[in-house]
Amino acid sequence: MKRRTLLATGAGAAMAAALGLPARAQDKTKVGFIYVGPINDGGWTQHHHHSALEMVEHFGDAVELVYQESVPEGPDAERAITQMARGGADIIFTTSFGFMDPTVNVAANFPDVKFEHATGYKQADNVSVYSARFYEGRAIQGTLAGRMTKTNKIGYIASVPIPEVIRGINSAYLHAKKVNPDVEFKIIWIFEWLNPAKEADAAKALIEQGCDVVLQHTDSTAPHQAAKEAGNVYTFGQAADMAEYGPMPRISSIIDNWAPYYIERVQAVIDGTWTSVNTWDGIAPGMVGIGEISDAVPADVKAEAEALRDAIAAGEYHPFTGPINKQDGTPWLAEGEIANDGDLAGMFFFVEGVEGDIPS
Amino acid sequence: MFKLEKRPQPSKVWTFGAPILAVVLTIILGMGLFAILGKDPILATKVIFWDPLFGEFADLDRPDVIKKAAPLILIAIGLSFGFRAGIWNIGAEGQYIIGAITGAALALSFYPMEARWLIFPLTILFGALGGLVWAMIPALLRVYFKTNEILVSLMLVYVAEVLIKAMAIGALRDPDGFGMPGSRDLRRFASAANPDLITGSGIHLGVVAALLSVVAAYIALTRHQFGFDVRLAGQSPRAAAFSGVNPSRLILVCMAISGALAGLAGVFEVTGPSGKILGSFPTYYGFTAIIVAFLGRLHPVGILLAGILLALTYIGGNLAEQSLGLPAAAIKCFQGLLLFSLLGVDLLTNYRIKLRSKGKAQ
Repeated sequence: MKRRTLLATGAGAAMAAALGLPARAQDKTKVGFIYVGPINDGGWTQHHHHSALEMVEHFGDAVELVYQESVPEGPDAERAITQMARGGADIIFTTSFGFMDPTVNVAANFPDVKFEHATGYKQADNVSVYSARFYEGRAIQGTLAGRMTKTNKIGYIASVPIPEVIRGINSAYLHAKKVNPDVEFKIIWIFEWLNPAKEADAAKALIEQGCDVVLQHTDSTAPHQAAKEAGNVYTFGQAADMAEYGPMPRISSIIDNWAPYYIERVQAVIDGTWTSVNTWDGIAPGMVGIGEISDAVPADVKAEAEALRDAIAAGEYHPFTGPINKQDGTPWLAEGEIANDGDLAGMFFFVEGVEGDIPS
Repeated sequence: MFKLEKRPQPSKVWTFGAPILAVVLTIILGMGLFAILGKDPILATKVIFWDPLFGEFADLDRPDVIKKAAPLILIAIGLSFGFRAGIWNIGAEGQYIIGAITGAALALSFYPMEARWLIFPLTILFGALGGLVWAMIPALLRVYFKTNEILVSLMLVYVAEVLIKAMAIGALRDPDGFGMPGSRDLRRFASAANPDLITGSGIHLGVVAALLSVVAAYIALTRHQFGFDVRLAGQSPRAAAFSGVNPSRLILVCMAISGALAGLAGVFEVTGPSGKILGSFPTYYGFTAIIVAFLGRLHPVGILLAGILLALTYIGGNLAEQSLGLPAAAIKCFQGLLLFSLLGVDLLTNYRIKLRSKGKAQ
């Protein structure tokens, strides 16, 4: 019976879309999510799903949630989004970069459905894009890492070489260097976002090379486990707080929190005020959360990191403020100059001092 | 109670009956699974098998079923020759990936030249060649060093997966892609694109190739010496040797056919439905095609039907995920049940079950 009403609304929406009529009023707002991984991956997808559930909790009976998990980036994504749109979804969040073209393609066929694509750059009348300024959190990690290291060697488990990851490395490096000029970064690329075995191997290799702080841009807790076994190594939670590894080795974290954004956007659909926007939020609105800095960190260092966090949140300080040179020594930002969002979005170079090449 | 008795000859009835019984059994087991998950089992079965073909939105779903079935059929047809002859190419997935890479690499090397008459045929040819060469590695190693082609071809899948990831961020990365992994979209490069022949129909040249492969395989198996050799080698290697079938040549030819067809499937996919070389390009068609080949009894027509059936479980499965909230894992489980049932029921082809009379039982 449920299926029948669902089909009926779906048919209505599809017909309305085909005829270019405004979508008819529905009692419930149907919110769709397309996930790239399983909803229990412990990282990226799990946090989108948690945020989605938080959004549903906020609205209660006013919204209905539909989602599809583990959607491969490619033709399957286009089909999944189409199925969701014709199934009567009013707004669809597609939560991986690889869904960009499929989202834009499907959106053109469903002008009355709103689409929200995470981490992309292609907008349309009914397609918004949103992303988080995780590099703000990296600045705080870099500061803590630079202060806490005794060997002056900081390990970095990098995932896939895209601007998002490179921004994180640069931001962490600049801020570690600022508080500790002797600091040196060792980077291991694993070319995946989530692979506990590889992450553990990378962490062990970094620790063996003398790194006593390990940063990660991967989603599992395996590096924390490796650090715990090694002892006297500091780590940071990624995507999740990973508080279960505190106070040592995990001394802080970057937490993905999409819930405020989801609530705001669904509210806009309910109110009929939704317009296409390009959102890139950071610490201030809470999209990037900084996990509690643990007691393993001396009070003065903790205060310094928190002051940095507050300065970023207040808009008084930007993590990419000149002078900054590129890795090859060519100038990028002059004294006091602040990086523009275009440069940041497409960042594909290391800053001066980072060793090694970006894999390509 | 029961006793298995080997049949002197494989049962004719069960050769055809087993796949059908397996499908029925899978549906029954699947319904049980759906019921345990708290979903209406009859509705779930209808959404998976009926709706994509005849449901409310079938006009939109049918093209997707066709697009999914084509690569499965193309790869499975290629595998069926070797499987009949006892040559086990388990690495079609790798050949599929390499075909996509070599085809796309050739096409992109001409970018943005406008010469479809030259670039498109070359792209397809390179795709087939790429798959063929990748399949020749396990074939030659088997012929000259007696290695196990199952292991070598399987291991080469992982190599191919790493290679396509490296290509997506390396040599084939889109220079205008803002540093993101992935090649240019070949669908937007008119000289190499493989679009639907009739827009929205789902029928691209890869679908045509899949159908042609079914016809060609049928002719080869029933009317051609090669088909006879393959069947003979599978049924009785000694008899085949006596009748002058060269086993090494047979291995090379069977591996070449399966590699080339898998490569073709890959290049049609990357120039058509997929469009890009990406780390997420491999979607295990090469492995699913093994199920298709066996479900279809290694017979071309059977493979055609089995390919469509498997494609249905993908499309219908996605529908059920969204409309009924079935977890993605349940659909995977359902597809696995199909092979599981088939292997189980297959016993009946070669054995008959006899009820032991009570008197004799100890």
